[in-house]
Amino acid sequence: MHELSIVMSIIDIAETHARNASSSAIEEVELDIGELSGVEMASFDFAWQQATKQTLLEGARRQVNRIPGKAVCLDCSASFPIRQLYDPCPVCGNHLLDIVSGKELRVRSLIVV
Amino acid sequence: MCATCGCGTADHDHHHSHDHFGEHSSGGVKIDVEQDILYQNNLLAQRNRGYFEAKNILAINLVSSPGSGKTTLLEKTLLDLKDSMKSCVIEGDQQTSHDADRIHATGTKVVQINTGKGCHLDAHMVLHAVQGMKPENESVLFIENVGNLVCPAMFDLGESERVVVMSVTEGEDKPVKYPDMFHSSTLCIINKTDLLPYVPFNLEKAKEYARQVNPKLEIIEVSCTTGEGLDKWYQWLESKTLAGSAIT
Repeated sequence: MHELSIVMSIIDIAETHARNASSSAIEEVELDIGELSGVEMASFDFAWQQATKQTLLEGARRQVNRIPGKAVCLDCSASFPIRQLYDPCPVCGNHLLDIVSGKELRVRSLIVV
Repeated sequence: MCATCGCGTADHDHHHSHDHFGEHSSGGVKIDVEQDILYQNNLLAQRNRGYFEAKNILAINLVSSPGSGKTTLLEKTLLDLKDSMKSCVIEGDQQTSHDADRIHATGTKVVQINTGKGCHLDAHMVLHAVQGMKPENESVLFIENVGNLVCPAMFDLGESERVVVMSVTEGEDKPVKYPDMFHSSTLCIINKTDLLPYVPFNLEKAKEYARQVNPKLEIIEVSCTTGEGLDKWYQWLESKTLAGSAIT
């Protein structure tokens, strides 16, 4: 259940930025959560509901961009989508890959009032 | 399409106008944050890493599922290398100081972290443990993480090397079931090899799975009961200390 730690970090980041902008409420938070980031969305939703209570994120709209996994084969340079870390290169079958997207875990923006 | 009600056209009765100017988000101000969610942990991890590098400390983050033999491997290592290696240990468990007691019995300096309901160690906990323990220069710090193959994968502690332990009493498909941990580790220790004749564990398949997830992963097979293969683990440790300076 590391999703709880992740939600707590999001609350910290969001509240710090909102306070710095002298805001009293957060209307919306936009997040990037890559599909290879290791976050289980069902656990994340559960943790979100519990942990955001009595914080500035309680009731805020949450927009999550799920970024699909993409890798480049270090052997033949083919670029291709991956769903699992152990997916082989579809061209040459090699497992030596550079993951270029899908690991994102980022707070992109807030809308505050 | 109207983003408020989702209708495809604008020519039926609405309670809201389709003139979108000024209607949405009631004048909220957008702040571009662009911050990594684990930023705070990663910052502290880098601080730990700098401390370890400055003091020439080899910090090893030991991870595995519960019961793979991390503590036994440590006990054996600490006793065998007692005369040639300065070391100390941080033990992470949800509850009890049982593991720290076992390490203490080997004569090694140890700090126990109880995470309570927490499922992993983080860089902040390690920072405080290290502040209290003050490891010596040119030493090896073993950090035994909470037994869990999922959550600790995501949290950098500032370690020099991450070592994942699996045992032959588990399924050989652990690496593909829990790929994040094997992907982020540099060494995989396959423990309890003395039990291979009694369990249906396919060693070659396990190594194949591990290399599918991480082709650069080094693999060492050991038995902490018979001592077989431990020499390779000790050689690996020695090779990782800067010019072998932590092991004399």
